[in-house]
Amino acid sequence: MTPQLSWYLALSAVLFTIGVVGVLIKRNVISMFMCIELMLNAVNLTFVAFSSFFRDVSGQLFVFIVMTVAAAEAAVGLGIIIAIFRNRESLDVDDASILRL
Amino acid sequence: MGTNNLLSLIIFAPLAGAVINWLVGRRLRNERFIGVVACASVGISTLIAFYLAFKPDGALRATQPLMDHLWTWIQVGTFRADFGLAMDRLSGIYALFITFVGLLIHIFATGYMHGDRGYYRFFAYLNLFMFAMLTLVLADNFLLMFVGWEGVGLCSYLLIGFYLDKEEAAPAAKKAFIANRVGDWGFVLGLMLIFFMTGSISFFEKKALGVTSALTAIGNLPIDGFGWHAIFAGGVTSIAVLLFIGATGKSAQIPLFVWLPDAMAGPTPVSALIHAATMVTAGVYMVVRCSAIYTHAPTAMFIVAIVGAATALFAATIGIAQNDIKKVLAYSTISQLGYMFLACGMGAFVAAILHVMTHAFFKAQLFLGSGSVIHGMHHEQDMRRMGGLRKYMPITWLTMCAGWLAICGVPIFAGFFSKDEILWKTWSGQIAGAPPALGKALWFIGAVTALLTAIYMTRLMVMTFWGNERFREKTIEDSHGHGSHGAHTPHESPWTMTIPLIVLAVLSTIGGLVGVPYALSSLTGGHPENYFERTLEPAVNSVPGEETNAGQGTAELHWLTPPPQEVDGKPAFAPAKRSEAEAVHGPAEISQERLFTLISIMVAITGIGIGWVMFQKQPLRQMPRLLEHKYYVDEIYDAAVIQPILVISREGLWKLFDIGVIDGLIHSLGRTVVNLGRTIRHMQLGFVRGYAAIILAGALIIIGYFAYSGAHVLRFLVK
Repeated sequence: MTPQLSWYLALSAVLFTIGVVGVLIKRNVISMFMCIELMLNAVNLTFVAFSSFFRDVSGQLFVFIVMTVAAAEAAVGLGIIIAIFRNRESLDVDDASILRL
Repeated sequence: MGTNNLLSLIIFAPLAGAVINWLVGRRLRNERFIGVVACASVGISTLIAFYLAFKPDGALRATQPLMDHLWTWIQVGTFRADFGLAMDRLSGIYALFITFVGLLIHIFATGYMHGDRGYYRFFAYLNLFMFAMLTLVLADNFLLMFVGWEGVGLCSYLLIGFYLDKEEAAPAAKKAFIANRVGDWGFVLGLMLIFFMTGSISFFEKKALGVTSALTAIGNLPIDGFGWHAIFAGGVTSIAVLLFIGATGKSAQIPLFVWLPDAMAGPTPVSALIHAATMVTAGVYMVVRCSAIYTHAPTAMFIVAIVGAATALFAATIGIAQNDIKKVLAYSTISQLGYMFLACGMGAFVAAILHVMTHAFFKAQLFLGSGSVIHGMHHEQDMRRMGGLRKYMPITWLTMCAGWLAICGVPIFAGFFSKDEILWKTWSGQIAGAPPALGKALWFIGAVTALLTAIYMTRLMVMTFWGNERFREKTIEDSHGHGSHGAHTPHESPWTMTIPLIVLAVLSTIGGLVGVPYALSSLTGGHPENYFERTLEPAVNSVPGEETNAGQGTAELHWLTPPPQEVDGKPAFAPAKRSEAEAVHGPAEISQERLFTLISIMVAITGIGIGWVMFQKQPLRQMPRLLEHKYYVDEIYDAAVIQPILVISREGLWKLFDIGVIDGLIHSLGRTVVNLGRTIRHMQLGFVRGYAAIILAGALIIIGYFAYSGAHVLRFLVK
């Protein structure tokens, strides 16, 4: 039984949903961050799947761009997380509900 | 067209004087320096004006005006306004007496203003006034004339409010400015209408520059009909009436005369120069300059004559009951200006200008005399606290007698000839379309005014120079708390003040001889037209009736366009004029005119007699309250105009419109934004996951929309 496109899409949808739910229910910043990464990679998976099935390489190019952006975002995001932690001594996002201290 | 660059020096010399006094004089604070600069600058103007007027081909002899085109000021489309000066016979005469009387008043003021802290300021303003006044008179188009017109208004405002510590000065200055602004409204509208009708605003034709004359253009139009409809028809009559509204403001005629009495709050030389001799006659100048317009608008002539006569009588009755020496003279000025407009209205433009000139002499003399009295009395202006001053101030007394006799119209003195001429021209004049009895009725008003003039001027002289020496008494009703001044003994003024008085007194005595009417000069075998008429007649349009029956009138009237040589084989206008003059001066006419001259003399002498009898014994006689309170005109204006405007402004425009509508609009807009923000700011929880949920919800809505309406809406993404 060869893998169908729908399998990949289903897996991707599952991963994406886990990511969404994780962002919504997790309070730990790092967990939320990882969930965002999960969502990005779920999308990457659909790109790759479509690219493979349609024999079109542009989907895979897109994946590289997404990964690059994700890497940059991770760097900035982690910087912000460290700054927040230094300020509030907490990684709970709900503690960072106001801009001023 | 003779070009002459000296012309611009007449106006720029006083301007330079003003600038020097303002910049240098205020630092030096040296009265001698300031006085010399001020007088010298006006002196230069005077010399040049006399030279240009009287030189062999000067303004008073040439048939073409002296012109000086300085620069093109505004040029937009077909509209063109030059900064150009022109001195013709009319503006030449004006320039002569403005500079000369102005010079005398400047000299007088160096003595009068001695010791004032604002000495430099005073002379800077005074010189600036001379600049503006001469610009007004010498301008060669309406717009530049309007610049001078506004300039004299500004200087008048500055000088009325000159005494910063005087309580009534600032409101008086504002009143003058605002009343003039009402008049200016008419002037500007008239100016625009002239441009719309003729496409030009120039008085004179300037061939080299391609400028046509607006006055000639209007002169070539048919004469407007007589009737109220003509006023609103937007034609020549509308122009004339609008310009006359401007004149009523500047020349203090009904209904805008109220500012002039209050303007006496300014220093006395200012009253003499601006509010008697020169600025207030600008309205007359403008009307005479536009005589081509007025002779084509009999309705406007009718209005001018009626307003002039009414003002003359009205102001004379008020003047009889005033106790402030300057107020009497102020009302007298209004009354005399009324005479001038009466003459203009009856088409006697030459007589009007003659009266402007003689009035400049004798009224400047009287004002300066009153200034000398006020100076000698240590700033006491109430005639009730004077009396018997002829012993203390003999020169002032004697010179003022000349002015007094001149304004009363005693023969030989200047006012006699001009006033007599006006009254005679009023009697014999006729406005096309108006009731024929108009001239007779207006003559009667003029004669009554002449009687009243003699009475109030005699009252002024008697109260001031004859009778008891009331300045020592302290029992007189003392409403202003000036009692302390009574302690001083009056003194004669210094020579800087008496010399101008003497010169003006001489002019008040003999100045009228240039305009002796033929009916009198023929007694000694004179020329059919006197010097003044010969000089001025070609510059102005004569009576409107003449034009109607004389077809060649237009060519003759606009002496600027045709040269005075042969026109179509006919002799030039001068001989034609003379024959016309002979026709006017028929033997019957002459004897009638002599009769009226006798009546005028009788009126003057009766007036002086009545005044003498009434006030010699009882100088403090109680005058009718209605007259003393100036017919309550100020109160009526306050109730009818000022209060309504204030109430409408405060309650309607400010509280209702500004606060209610404008502020309300802006405030409610702001409030709406604030309220909207207050409502939707609850979305801003501050919790990151909340935002994430909102983003998700938004994304789901968008996806849901596309899922529901089908993927075809995305077709534009695929080629």
